Amino acid sequence: MTGDMPTPAGSMGAPVIAAEGLNLTFQTADGPVHALSDVSLAIAGGEFVSFIGPSGCGKTTFLRCIAALEQPTGGTLSVNGMTPDAARRARAYGYVFQAAGLYPWRTIGRNVALPLEIMGFPKDEQDSRVARVLEMVELTGFEKKFPWQLSGGMQQRASIARALAFDADILLMDEPFGALDEIVRDRLNEELLSLWARTGKTVCFVTHSIPEAVYLSTKIVVMSPRPGRITDVIDSPLPKERPLDIRDTPEFLALAHRVREGLRAGHAYE
Amino acid sequence: MRKALPVLVVLAAILGIWWLAVAPMNIRIALDGAERSGAAVVPEGARERQEVSVWALMARNPDLVPLSYAQERPRLPTPGQVATEFWDTTGAMALDGRAMSRRSLLFHAWITLQSTFWGFLLGTSLGIAGAIGIVYSRTLNLSLMPWAIISQTIPIVALAPMIIVLASQLGIEERGVPKAIISAYLCFFPVLVGMVSGLRSPAAAQLDLLRTYSATPSQGFWKLRLPASVPYLFASLKVGIAAALVGTIVGELPTGAIRGLGARILIGDQFGTPLAIWAALFMAAILAGVLVTFLDLAQRVTLRRMGLAEAAR
Repeated sequence: MTGDMPTPAGSMGAPVIAAEGLNLTFQTADGPVHALSDVSLAIAGGEFVSFIGPSGCGKTTFLRCIAALEQPTGGTLSVNGMTPDAARRARAYGYVFQAAGLYPWRTIGRNVALPLEIMGFPKDEQDSRVARVLEMVELTGFEKKFPWQLSGGMQQRASIARALAFDADILLMDEPFGALDEIVRDRLNEELLSLWARTGKTVCFVTHSIPEAVYLSTKIVVMSPRPGRITDVIDSPLPKERPLDIRDTPEFLALAHRVREGLRAGHAYE
Repeated sequence: MRKALPVLVVLAAILGIWWLAVAPMNIRIALDGAERSGAAVVPEGARERQEVSVWALMARNPDLVPLSYAQERPRLPTPGQVATEFWDTTGAMALDGRAMSRRSLLFHAWITLQSTFWGFLLGTSLGIAGAIGIVYSRTLNLSLMPWAIISQTIPIVALAPMIIVLASQLGIEERGVPKAIISAYLCFFPVLVGMVSGLRSPAAAQLDLLRTYSATPSQGFWKLRLPASVPYLFASLKVGIAAALVGTIVGELPTGAIRGLGARILIGDQFGTPLAIWAALFMAAILAGVLVTFLDLAQRVTLRRMGLAEAAR
C-alpha cells in the first residue's frame, strides 16, 4: 500500500478540484447561515490557489468541503474525479491547520510519522519518509525534539512535513501562517513556494493577507461573506520564480490592488 | 529547603495551637482527678465547677494546670502523648519483632492498605471504563453521568452497613470484599469525572486531522484521546486514592470488625482510649500521604517519559 499514488488529473487537462454550484447552509439557533452560495470553481493540477476574504466568507468552509470535513447541501464537488469522501480514502490530500496541532507527547519525528502509522506504512518506510519530508521543510536533526522545544514557525513546518509524509498530491492549508509574526511568515512563504516548485503539488491556501495571497498564488480566489461566495478569480501574471522583492514590482502592486478592490466590492453588497 | 520552610512553619503553628488547646480542654477532668486524690481545688465539687468557665478554672487553680498535660484519658491528648502512643504501637513493637501483632498499628495499617488497594483498583477501572463509555456513547453520556453524580450524594456511612450486610447475605466470608466495594464506590467518581474531561480534551482541529487520515475510532482512542488524558488521569488518581482510603476506613467502622484502622478507631472510642484513636488517625493520615506521594512520583516519571513534564510547565 505504498507506491500507488492517485494519478494527477491535471496532466489530462481535467481539473483536480471541480466545484459546480456548491451550496452549504448551516442550520443554527438564529436561523440558517449560508456559508457557501453557488460556488463554482475549477482548479487544475499543480496550481497554487489562494482563497482570500473577510471572516465568514466561506473560504475555510470551502476547504473543509474539499477535505470532506463538511457536507455541502447542494451542488457538486469532485476531487481527483472522485467524491471528497472517496478522495480522502484514496489519501488525495494533506491538510494543514492554523494551529500546528502537534501531539505534545510525541517527538517531531513521531508526529510526522502519525499519518503513516494510521495508514499502516511499514516501520522502515515510515522512518525513510519522515527523514525525507523533514529534510524538505529543513528540520533535519530535530526528529528527537519535542514540540515545546521548537519555535512556532518550526512547529508549523513540522505540521507541513506531516501533511507531506504520505505523498498526497493536493495540499490544503487553512491559514497555516496566520499565527506567526511577519518575519517568520516571509521566510515560510518563500520556503513554501520552493517546496511547491519542487513537488508540483496542487495547493489550496486560505489566507487573510493580500500580500501573502499575491506572492504565493497562480490563482487568487476573492470571496465575500453573507452569503459566502466567490466575487473574483484572478489568474496571476507573475512568473513562477518569485524572489521576496518581487513584492515591490508594479505588477505585484497592481495585482494586490485588484485583490483589494475585489474585497471592497464584496463588502459593498451589504 | 525553600519548599520545606512554609510547610514546617504551618506545622509548627498547628502543633502550637494544639498544645495550647490542651489545657482548657482537659482542665475539668484534671481538677476532678486532683480533687479525688486530695488536692485543694477552687471551687470545690465537680458540680460547682460546671458553673465556672474553663478560663476561670485555669486562673483560679494555676498550680494544677500542668495536670491537664498528663491525663491518662484526656479529652485532647498532647502532641507528645500522641507521638509516644504512636511510637509504642509501631516502631517500638517492630523493634520487638511484633510488627504484625494485633496490638500493632502497623498490622492494622496493612489490613487497611490491602482493602484500599483493591478498592482503588476496582474504582479506577470502573471510573476509566465509565469515562470511555460516556465519551463514546451518547446514550451512556445521557444515562450514566446523572447516576454517577447521584451516587455521590448518598452518604457513604449510610450505605456502608448495607453493603456489608448484603455481602454476608451473599455468603462472602472475606471481610475485605465489602470494604473494597465501599472503597471503590468513593474512588470511582473522581476518576470518572477526570477521565471524561481528559478524553474530551483534544481540540476539534486534532480530531479533524485524524478524520483527514480516515483514522478508525480505535486509532483515535489509542493515539490521541488516551495519551491526551494522561495528565488528567493522574490528577484524579491522587484524589481517588485518598477517597479509597477514607472509604476503607468507613467500611471498617460499622462491621464489628476488629482489624484495620477504622476498627481501631471504633474500639478506641468504645473503650475510652483516646490515645489509640489519635494514633490511628495519624497512621491513616501518614498512609494517605505516602499513597499520594507515591502517585505523584509515578506522575512525574510518566509525564517526563511522555515529554509532557516540560510542556505542562
